[in-house]
Amino acid sequence: MIEIRGLSKSYGDYPALKNVSLSIRPGEFVVILGPSGAGKSTLLRCINRLNEPSAGEVVVDGTPFSSNRRDLRLLRRSVAMIFQQHNLVKRLSVLKNVLVGRMADLSPLLTSLQLFPEADVKIALHCLEQVALAHKARSRADALSGGEQQRVGIARALAQQPKIMLADEPVASLDPKTSRTVLGYLKSSSKESNIAVLCNLHQIDYALEFGERIVGLSGGELVYDGPPSGVSRDVVRRIYPGLDDPNVLDAAQRLHERRGRGTAEPVIQRAEGGA
Amino acid sequence: MSVGSLRFVVNPPRGALGWWILLPVGGAALAALWWSAVGTELSLSGLINGLPWIADFLGRMLPPNFAFMEKLIKPAVETIQIAIWGTLLGIVLALPVCFFAARNLSPHAAIFHGLRQVLNVMRGINEIILALIFVAAVGLGPFAGVLAIAIHGAGMLGKFFAEAIEEIDEGPLDALRAAGAGTLQRIVFGVLPQVLPAWVGVVLYRFETNIRVSTVLGMVGAGGIGFELISSMKLFAYEDTAACVLMILILVLGADLVSSKLRAMIR
Repeated sequence: MIEIRGLSKSYGDYPALKNVSLSIRPGEFVVILGPSGAGKSTLLRCINRLNEPSAGEVVVDGTPFSSNRRDLRLLRRSVAMIFQQHNLVKRLSVLKNVLVGRMADLSPLLTSLQLFPEADVKIALHCLEQVALAHKARSRADALSGGEQQRVGIARALAQQPKIMLADEPVASLDPKTSRTVLGYLKSSSKESNIAVLCNLHQIDYALEFGERIVGLSGGELVYDGPPSGVSRDVVRRIYPGLDDPNVLDAAQRLHERRGRGTAEPVIQRAEGGA
Repeated sequence: MSVGSLRFVVNPPRGALGWWILLPVGGAALAALWWSAVGTELSLSGLINGLPWIADFLGRMLPPNFAFMEKLIKPAVETIQIAIWGTLLGIVLALPVCFFAARNLSPHAAIFHGLRQVLNVMRGINEIILALIFVAAVGLGPFAGVLAIAIHGAGMLGKFFAEAIEEIDEGPLDALRAAGAGTLQRIVFGVLPQVLPAWVGVVLYRFETNIRVSTVLGMVGAGGIGFELISSMKLFAYEDTAACVLMILILVLGADLVSSKLRAMIR
């Protein structure tokens, strides 16, 4: 169980994130929707403290993490991240990029001499298998296509054997077909290993297709938390204030009516039962 | 402004004066040129009157004394040896410093600025002057030359190494940080792979420069072929001087060729 309690972050006087709390069950696939500047990236980067939150804490399986060095390292061991621009080291091999996910546990000296325990290499190779790229293990990362590079990014996150993976717009720079493949691998591999996923997306259709739970963020505040079936025309309007695109609104509404057997969900409601 | 079907598409300089700003700037530039021309006694007639003497000097150099070339092989080899060790020691001195002298990795702004100044000083002193100091310290000979090149080169390499580090993509460093990797691992797996091609290029360029520099170090007694050059001139043996110049050309062009081949190999 990953609990985010009262996370806030201000840049100067500008509040980017206002008192956001979420609890995420193991293996749950949560998609965060929200306009640019709503605080989606800030939320993720505050969870693993790439950005230091102004207030709030992250509790993993009952253990809260402070900001001291030891806690930080333990926190980052159980929280993996997938980036929009993959952030692979281009000149290194695919395998070595995935091994980066193991490094928190390994000797800095031995790894620097390019020596890795056999067991960790096996884990890395298995993670590559989960994204169907084991055959590319020896290729240089920059020899791969954009979609493949992002799959390596997923494998690197898997290699950490984390409790949760934070994915910051993982398909923002990919074409629609590749995007679906990548999101498919993200979902299947996380299910296989029972890792929770917190994924920022810009595409409402992917969010409703892949997400088991949707979190709407607008102006740094939680404005929706519920199942995809609850995302009605009104919810979309609430997440994207001023959005006046009939295509998007109608599509959401149609999906909502088709899937949602009940009425629209109230704001900020825990999703019951995994879809 | 248009001329026929062509339009002049240049924004006037920003500021209230517009194009008129060029008047004082141009005037100041002309004044500076005139002032330094007077200071350096630039004179076309001086050059023209000197031409026969240059021709006379060149005439005395010809034909080069090819037999003398054989005696130059040993000093030429020494020149290369000075450059090799000068470059290597320069790298050894620059490496530990460069991470702290890069703005994005330096633990504190004061350390960054301090180290940059140290590198500036090392780079600011010309190799010949450094060689004079080291000749006084360790005596005449190539070792003084090695030290001079190492110190100046470390200042240069440290700055270029640090600048290469400042230009890296910091995304992968974020990824390493997010995965819980330590400082050493971030440098080995995040920084080095990104800067290595640039660093190798800089080192090869430095080696080329060091070959050129070590051909003149001998003039102040710090070893290499420069000593033969200066003594032949003092003895008015201009055919020998020509042989020295030829040998230096071979060295410099050879270094050029080797380093450009090596640079093409990496990437």
